[in-house]
Formats: sequence, C-alpha cells, structure tokens
Amino acid sequence: MKRSLLKSLVGGIALGLALPAGAALADDSIYVPLFTYRTGPFAGSGTPIADGMHDYLAMLNARDGGIGGVKLVVDECETGYDTKKGLECYDSVKPKNPVLVNPWSTGITLSLIPKAAVDKIPILSMAYGLSASAKGDVFPWVFNPPATYWDGLSEILKSAGGGSIEGLKGKTVGYLYFDAGFGKEPIPLFQTLAKEIGFSLKLYPVAAADMQNQSSKWLDIRRDKPDLLVMYGWGAMNPTAIKEAVKAEFPMDKFISIWWPNDADVAAAGDGAKGFRELNWHATGANFPALADIQKLVIGTGQSQTPKDEVGSVLYNRGVYNSVLIAEAIARAQAITGKKAVTGEDVRRGLENLDLDAARFKALGLENFAGPLKTTCLDHNSHSATFVQQWDGAKWVKASDPIGPDTARVRPLLDEAAANYAQKNAWPVRSEVCDNK
Amino acid sequence: MFYREAGQYKTTYAADMAIFPIRQDRFGVALILFVAFVIIPAFGGPFFLNTMMIPFLILSLAGIGLNLLTGYTDLLSLGTGAFMGVGAYACYKLETAFPQVNILVWIVTSGFVSAAVGVAFGLPSLRIKGFYLAVATLAAQFFLEWCFSRVPWLVNDNDSGAIEVPNATLFGVFVTGPNATPTTRYLVALTIVAALAWIASNIVHGRIGRMWMAVRDMDIAAQLIGIRLLNAKLLAFAVSSFIVGVAGALMVFLWLGAAEPAAFNIDLSFEILFIVIIGGLGSIVGAFFGATVMHLMPIALRALPPMVGLPIEAARVDQLTTMITGILIVVFLIAEPHGLARLWRTAKQKLRVWPFPY
Repeated sequence: MKRSLLKSLVGGIALGLALPAGAALADDSIYVPLFTYRTGPFAGSGTPIADGMHDYLAMLNARDGGIGGVKLVVDECETGYDTKKGLECYDSVKPKNPVLVNPWSTGITLSLIPKAAVDKIPILSMAYGLSASAKGDVFPWVFNPPATYWDGLSEILKSAGGGSIEGLKGKTVGYLYFDAGFGKEPIPLFQTLAKEIGFSLKLYPVAAADMQNQSSKWLDIRRDKPDLLVMYGWGAMNPTAIKEAVKAEFPMDKFISIWWPNDADVAAAGDGAKGFRELNWHATGANFPALADIQKLVIGTGQSQTPKDEVGSVLYNRGVYNSVLIAEAIARAQAITGKKAVTGEDVRRGLENLDLDAARFKALGLENFAGPLKTTCLDHNSHSATFVQQWDGAKWVKASDPIGPDTARVRPLLDEAAANYAQKNAWPVRSEVCDNK
Repeated sequence: MFYREAGQYKTTYAADMAIFPIRQDRFGVALILFVAFVIIPAFGGPFFLNTMMIPFLILSLAGIGLNLLTGYTDLLSLGTGAFMGVGAYACYKLETAFPQVNILVWIVTSGFVSAAVGVAFGLPSLRIKGFYLAVATLAAQFFLEWCFSRVPWLVNDNDSGAIEVPNATLFGVFVTGPNATPTTRYLVALTIVAALAWIASNIVHGRIGRMWMAVRDMDIAAQLIGIRLLNAKLLAFAVSSFIVGVAGALMVFLWLGAAEPAAFNIDLSFEILFIVIIGGLGSIVGAFFGATVMHLMPIALRALPPMVGLPIEAARVDQLTTMITGILIVVFLIAEPHGLARLWRTAKQKLRVWPFPY
C-alpha cells in the first residue's frame, strides 16, 4: 500500500515535471473552465451545480468524444463564492484560452463584465449576474439566459395574483432576500409595482453573516402576516428560511421562492415543508436519456464525485442545463465558423445564436427537459417562461403552466439599467458583428 | 562574515540614527527595490502580477496601516476592513464626480476621508483600551458595512449595488479598468506602497513614533512625561486609517475592479489583523512578511498539487490549503510568538557574529 502510494507520487511528480512542456493545450481540444464552490457557506447550493456541470460535459467526452469530434478539457477551479478567489481563478485559467467562463457568483460576474470584451472571453452567467446584461447591444460579451431576476419577480407576482399582477391590489407582500447585489436587484421593480398596483411591500433583508440566524426576521414576518412572501435566497439561507417558515407555521401556499432552493434545502425542513413552491424553467428527475448516459458513462465509471441520488435534483439539473448551453454554444460556434477548435470569440457568436427548441432538446436526449430558448444579438437572455413547481414531501411536482414575464413592465427597467451602466462606465459601443439572419 | 559592520564608522549623528545603519542593509534594500521596480515588471507574467504581487502589495500596505495603530500604539482595531471600504467608496465617489482629475490624486485624497472617519471612531480610545476598544471598532465595522449596503448614494444608485470601476488614465495610459495592463497597475501600486511604507517608517522612527510607543508601553507614564494622550491616540487613528483607506482604494481600483459591500466584511479586518500578528507587531517589514504568509503562501500551496501532477479535486486542494495554512500559522507563532519580523531580526543578529558567536 505504502509502496504503491510512493510510486504514484513519484510517477505523479515525474508526470508533472514533464507536463509543462506539453501543457500548452493541443489544437484539437476546447478548454472549458468551471468556477465551482464545494467549500464554504454556499457549498450546499454550489456542489450539486458543480456536479451537474461537470458530469454533462464529461458525458459528452465519454459518449461522443467531445463536441464535433473535439475533446473538451474540463477544469474545475474552486472559488468558495469569494470574489477574490474567483478573480484568482480567472487569472489562472486565462492563459489556457478558455472559450467562456461561468462565474456562478454575482460578485465575480460584476468584476469580470468589464474584462470580457478586453480579454475576448464571453461570460455565461445563467439567470444571475447583472440583469441589464440581457441587452446584447450593450453587453456583447455577457449572456444571462434564460430569464433575469426581474423576469422572475414579475412571474412570481403574476402567478400569485392569479394570472396578472393586478390581482395583488390591496394585499401585503413580503420580500425575504439575501442582502447583496442579487437580492437587492429586484427591489426597484418591486417598489415601482407596489406603487403602481397598490400593494404594500415589506422588506426582510438577510445579511450573509446571518444566513443561518433568521429568527428575528421571522418574528417580523409573523407580526406583519404578509399575504404573500417572496424569497430570493442562496446557499445556507434557503434551508434555514424554509425551516423557520415551518417552525413559525407560516402557510406554505403563501410562500414562493425564486429558482434557487434545492431538494435537500426543502427536505431538511421535514413534512412541514410540503406545499413549498418555487419557480423553475427545467424539469427535475433523472428520467431522460442524457441523464441515463451520465449515470452509465460518468458516475458508473467513477469519473465523478456525484452521489447517485443527487442526479435529478433541482440544482444538479440546473448544472446540466448550464452545460447544455455551453455545449450548444460551442456546437453553434463550430457550425458558424466551420472551425473545429473554436475560440472565445467564436463561442461568443455561438452564444448569440442559440436556438434550443423542442426538437433540439429531443435530439440531445432531453425531451421536454425545458422550454424553448432563443438568443439573438440584441437579446442575450431570451426572457423565457418559467413555471411554478411544488414540493410534495419527496419530489417536485409541476404546479402551473409556463408563465411569461410581464415584458411591458420589465422591459423599460432593463433598458434604463443598461443605459445607466453604459453611461456611468463610459462603456464602449458595440463593434462586434452580428451573425443573426 | 559577510554581514557585519566592522570598518563602517559612524561619523555623524545622522548616520548613527539611520534606519539602515549597515552598508549591507542599504545594499539589500536597494536590491529589493531594483527587483520590485525593474525585474518583476519586466519578467512577471499576468497571473504573477495580477493575482500574487498586486494583492500582496495592497494587503501589506493595509498591514502597515493597522500596525501603526495596533503594533505601535497598542490600540486594537477590528474595523480595518470597513476603513478600507471608506477609502474605496470615497475614491469611487470622487472619481465619478470629477473624472477629469488624475486618479492618483483621488486615491490619496480618499485616504484623508478614511482618516477623518477613523478619528471619529477613534474618539472612544481615550477612555477605553484593549478588548473594549476592539468592541468599539467592531461597532465601526458593522455600522460602516451597513452604510455601504444601505446608502445607494455611495454607489451612485447602481442597480448592482456595487462599485463599478471606471477606466481612468494617467499620462494617456490606462491605470484602472479592464484596459489597464497588469504591469501598469503593479507599478502604480508599488509606487504608492513604497512611498507610504517609506513615510510610515520615517514616522515611527521619529518623534511621533516614539510618542506612540511611549503610549503603548505605559500610557500613564507617557502622560506624565508630557505626551497628550488624546492627540497621540487620535493621530495614530488618523495616520493608520489614512494608509488603510488608500489600501482600500487600491484594492478596488487596481485589484478587484468592482466591489460589493461584502468585500469589506469582517473577514477582511481579521485577515489584516492576522497579517500584523504573524508578521510582527510594531514592525513595518513585518507587514510584508505577514502578507506573504496570508496571501502568497495559500496560492503557492494551491498551485503545488497540479504542478506535480497529483490528481486532487479543486475543492479538496482548497480545503487542504486552508488546513496547511492554519497549521503553518500555529507553527510560526510557536517558533516565534513575536512574529516573523522578530525572527528576521534574530537571524540578522546571528548573522552579524557568524561564524564566531559569543
């Protein structure tokens, strides 16, 4: 045992010494770094996402030999959801010519947005980051499909108001949010709507340091008795909030979250969490051919850290969805440029020409996995519809038809935010050519 | 044998009081400055400059700032992160309000804003000491952090609630923002850090520094020999917060490129305090040692397994790094409870009489 360890160590060191010479990536591979966090207070959310992202790309390598015959080099970098470490990751992957980056943190995304155009590395911040970056004419290098936090809020309020936000007139709406950029972003829209429609808004901010200590907020919530409680949480905040809600006997039918709570977050609260609802845009469960391939070719062969029962959970499938977008962007880039080993600039064009319809999802082995997604040069988000899913004590059940965003109300806010950002930062005018026909 | 002062005669009082009395030391400092200003920018890659050197310099500077307060005057502060934040937000407000003014001017000016805030929160230091003062500065930390996230005026009502660093130029070269090359940013940071370290070193070796040290060693005795405690302590807060504020502005403008309020949380305060404690209380050079241990060592440890080809997952590497860093800190502190600076001083002393110790 000892000997074999020593041998592998020596072998490893020898290999490592030999590597730098050959480390310059061969032309026939595509480098995809994944910024992940399996450590720290956000690991509960970060781990299943990291697993899903990694496993789908590893499955493409194992099953199809990569994308378009080109192997993917998948490389994880641990950020711990910390902006400084995220920047360290970015600097460490930059020399290896990544085709895109997935920051998985609003803080890291904000730091990287100005760099993207200069370094020619597109950013895929899937349904997080800066909402305004949905506007491709202002942010050619940033992509945040399939919906922004403002879209999400309008969808939540529409569903709670019985089809339109006007249904909330005269009600009291509580907003329990992670007190950072992510949770604060929807507040201007919330306040505008409260004034326009006439519901009263109560804010319950939860600071990062107090994620697991929310009892004072829940005392306020019990006192205010909101008719609807909207939650934008992340990491340890989600399971804590759901547990507190159960403890406070807050009715689950008045509690609805944005798309981030995972199965484990809800399950931790026990039976009382039955009926908890959240938005989602993709299916849960592992009943898809592509996920079966992952189980067979990646998890079954020990190439992954994923525990078996994690496949099919909300955030695992979210990671898979993120990697589907990466893979599609690379495939589209190959189709547009005719090159095999695409670069960041090519993949930016690919991301701008995504067209995932039902037929395409079926071809990927993910039939009915998610609604259609289409990006253009102007629209880097697609503002897709989402649906409400409900926890039945063991699994998620779809509880509504697809709900589209209230475009009329969200659009002006988005335009204003993008114009604001561009004006404040002396933002360069888009010079990238558009491939849309 | 090589490091000794035999034959170097001091003929003036100035030579006797010099910070580097031995010729070899002066040569060593010149060599370090030459490496820092010429060799590193000429040969350092973007990763080395961006991720290692720039943060190292900025954290060292913050360490120097805190050391003036905690190491030289014995006023324990847990609000360093927030004071760095004050510098950063002040610099952002000034730069966006008057973009035509040179960014370096605003970086230095923001130090004065931070100094004013530092003095305000330093007022209780006249009546309370030690842990009680630490709690008062902790209040500063929480209050200022609350301001950063609750006052949208501080970030010009940005939707992101974060500082967005604009492109600023100096003599036609980009200094901040994405277009600034790592070399430019490194040189700007180095110049400011070197200048402030030089000033700090002169302050602590002069009348003011001696005043602070007298207060540190026994404040009643200091008062009896005619030192005004209020002035001495508030001056320590002001100078310390000035340097810390400049470090904060540098951190956002030259390193992070954007900053949420969380960037200035209590973890940052502790990180700087650890830099000071590990490096050595009451030592300027100690701040650089401390930053090496707290910032450069973890990066080196993280880079090690992939370099030797060990197939360890990224997360495990990170956890191992945290554990090893923690163990090393304990080992350093057992080996020399007065910090690395003391170790350095002992080593120099030994070297002076080597090979014939008496």
